[in-house]
Amino acid sequence: MKLSRRGFLHIAGASAGAGLLARPGAAFASEAVPGADERAMLVDTTRCKGCRACEAACSEANGNPPPDRGEDVLDTNRKTSQTAFTVVNRGPNGPGGARRYAKTQCMHCVAPGCASACPVKALQKQPEGPVTYDPSKCMGCRYCMVACPFGVPKYEYEALAPRVRKCTFCFDRQKAGKAPACSSVCPTGALTFGRREDLLEEAKKRVYGQPDRYERHVYGELEAGGTNWLYLADVSFAKLGLPQNVEKQSYPDLVKGALGAPPFVMTLWPPLLMGLYTFAHRREKVAKDGEHGAHGAHGKKEERHG
Amino acid sequence: MASPAFADVPRSFFQEKILLGMTPREYLRSLVTPGNALVAVILCVGLPLMVYRFAAGLGATTNLSQTAPWGIWIGFDMMTGIVLAAGGFTLATTVHLFGLHDFHPIVRPALLTAFLGYVMAIVGLIADLGRPWNMVYVFVRHGTPSALFEIAWCVVLYSSVLFLEFLLPTFEWLGLKRFRSVLLKIMLPLTILSVVFSSMHQSALGSLFIMAPGKLHPLWYTPWIFIFFFISAVMAGISMVIVEASLSHKAFMSRIHHHFDLAKLQYGLARGGAIVFFAYFFLKLQGVIDMHAWGYLWSGWGAWFAVEMLGFVLLPAILYAVGARNMNVKLVRLGGALGVIGIALNRLNVSVIAFNWNLPSAQRYVPSWMEVAVSLTLVVLGVTLFRFCVNRMPIMSEHPDYAGSEY
Repeated sequence: MKLSRRGFLHIAGASAGAGLLARPGAAFASEAVPGADERAMLVDTTRCKGCRACEAACSEANGNPPPDRGEDVLDTNRKTSQTAFTVVNRGPNGPGGARRYAKTQCMHCVAPGCASACPVKALQKQPEGPVTYDPSKCMGCRYCMVACPFGVPKYEYEALAPRVRKCTFCFDRQKAGKAPACSSVCPTGALTFGRREDLLEEAKKRVYGQPDRYERHVYGELEAGGTNWLYLADVSFAKLGLPQNVEKQSYPDLVKGALGAPPFVMTLWPPLLMGLYTFAHRREKVAKDGEHGAHGAHGKKEERHG
Repeated sequence: MASPAFADVPRSFFQEKILLGMTPREYLRSLVTPGNALVAVILCVGLPLMVYRFAAGLGATTNLSQTAPWGIWIGFDMMTGIVLAAGGFTLATTVHLFGLHDFHPIVRPALLTAFLGYVMAIVGLIADLGRPWNMVYVFVRHGTPSALFEIAWCVVLYSSVLFLEFLLPTFEWLGLKRFRSVLLKIMLPLTILSVVFSSMHQSALGSLFIMAPGKLHPLWYTPWIFIFFFISAVMAGISMVIVEASLSHKAFMSRIHHHFDLAKLQYGLARGGAIVFFAYFFLKLQGVIDMHAWGYLWSGWGAWFAVEMLGFVLLPAILYAVGARNMNVKLVRLGGALGVIGIALNRLNVSVIAFNWNLPSAQRYVPSWMEVAVSLTLVVLGVTLFRFCVNRMPIMSEHPDYAGSEY
């Protein structure tokens, strides 16, 4: 179809008008749930029994050594490491003295700070949701570790060609149509894998369905601007070991203002400095000319004024 | 080869330019001084350590951890090294762009300090990177949402500019008149680029921490930290020039052919410095208000913040103001020294000391002796290269062939 000039203007005008009118409404409709279509995981900590099958499956899927064994493992507050991408820690007891546990791993932010911090794009946000890492591009600056509010990326300091290590949300398994290793072995239904928007609805359904049971918060809905791992709990999230000093906005957005400065510096500084230089130069020249003029015209001064 | 026995035999180019006109034996003998012995000891420890870092890895050499990804190789070598190099662009702007030519005698030492500061920071950075061989990807993979991307480009572009500016005295030293006259034609654009790149670089080093609101202490964290970094870079530039000029004026007296009144220049610098230091002090207070961080002032961290703000910002500001007003050069130089220490302290506070402030002290980072030794080595290496250049090139004084030159 060939578009006439008139037709084009008509469409352009209409869409510009629509854009102006529809902006607030459209924002609500499409951006109500950031990363709505991304793959996500709902962790219902009230259903977790602390069996740590997820840890074992994770280590196997990622070629890491088998997880720590022993009775006291759950009593120590462990952190994920370069050889353990997920760990389950015991939290406080829930209602009725039931034991509560929380699995931690990369949260796979909808807008990840680590990936935006990476100057070589070794860490990348996949459109499907996972945040993945390519060691062949990494220069080892470790800015991702500074930028991650959850303290997730871990580094192989002992290696001569160190890598950043973290959960990849089993991106390879996902590409093959499988669920991540951890959720595929969870026997209690504590882990639910699915679309982010659907899981958020499911999470809220559970909270509103049993308001006396659950904390009225879905951890990960707003944290760091939204994460693909979402948590439900019937005890405080802080006591489950989920970081509380996390901003409620996306981390890449934090630095956007500062990173907007360079174009202005690059375009405004040179003409401004050239201008200052020209003024300074002219002032000098005038001063010099004035000096010479004064010397030369010394004798004629009277005449000129007269 | 010229015989060392006869002084009137023309000396070789090497002897003339590198050995300061001495024979190799005389030159080696002249190097035997207590200062050089100390330098030799430090380099003999530090240089092998830098090799060891690549042979054994970061884990074996540093105390970096999963919670402390950046240590003093970033906090001191990079953050402090770069900010103390700010004298270069500060003075180049003052003299070459604003046309305050009375500061001309101290531009070249400042530019040389800046160039060597950048070189040493880059060496430190390479030691710190886990996979430095992948550095080239910064230039091909366009990680534009990262402050570090901006920094990487600024480092490369600005150190190239500094290198070109450094070539001017080099060409004069080697007598390459043709090259010099070509270079002279691009000195004004180079000066403008140096201001563009370094102002972006200095501020972007601050932008790095905007993404760490939960880790950097609220007294130091602010979304406007990149502005603070830029202003404090100007402060560091002024203070560093005051300190460095005092030291090298004394140390390289013999290299200064046309004597000038250094104290008078330092009053001028101090006058500017007082204004910037005072402005920065109040802006930092504004930062505290902005972050609603008043409550933290009454904690241990608040006391440490007060040390930085009162002892190393307000005090130098007052010393500059009083020193410049009463023509008391000692006060000005003391202010300069405090200013330099203060900006270094600020960079260390932001990147190391007040970073991860909420971690239990057992998990906090303390540098290993090897990290300290490598950082010290870089400083010593920088000072040694500075001395090497100043003793040979027209840095402290104009070359007689090019007297009265603009740059």
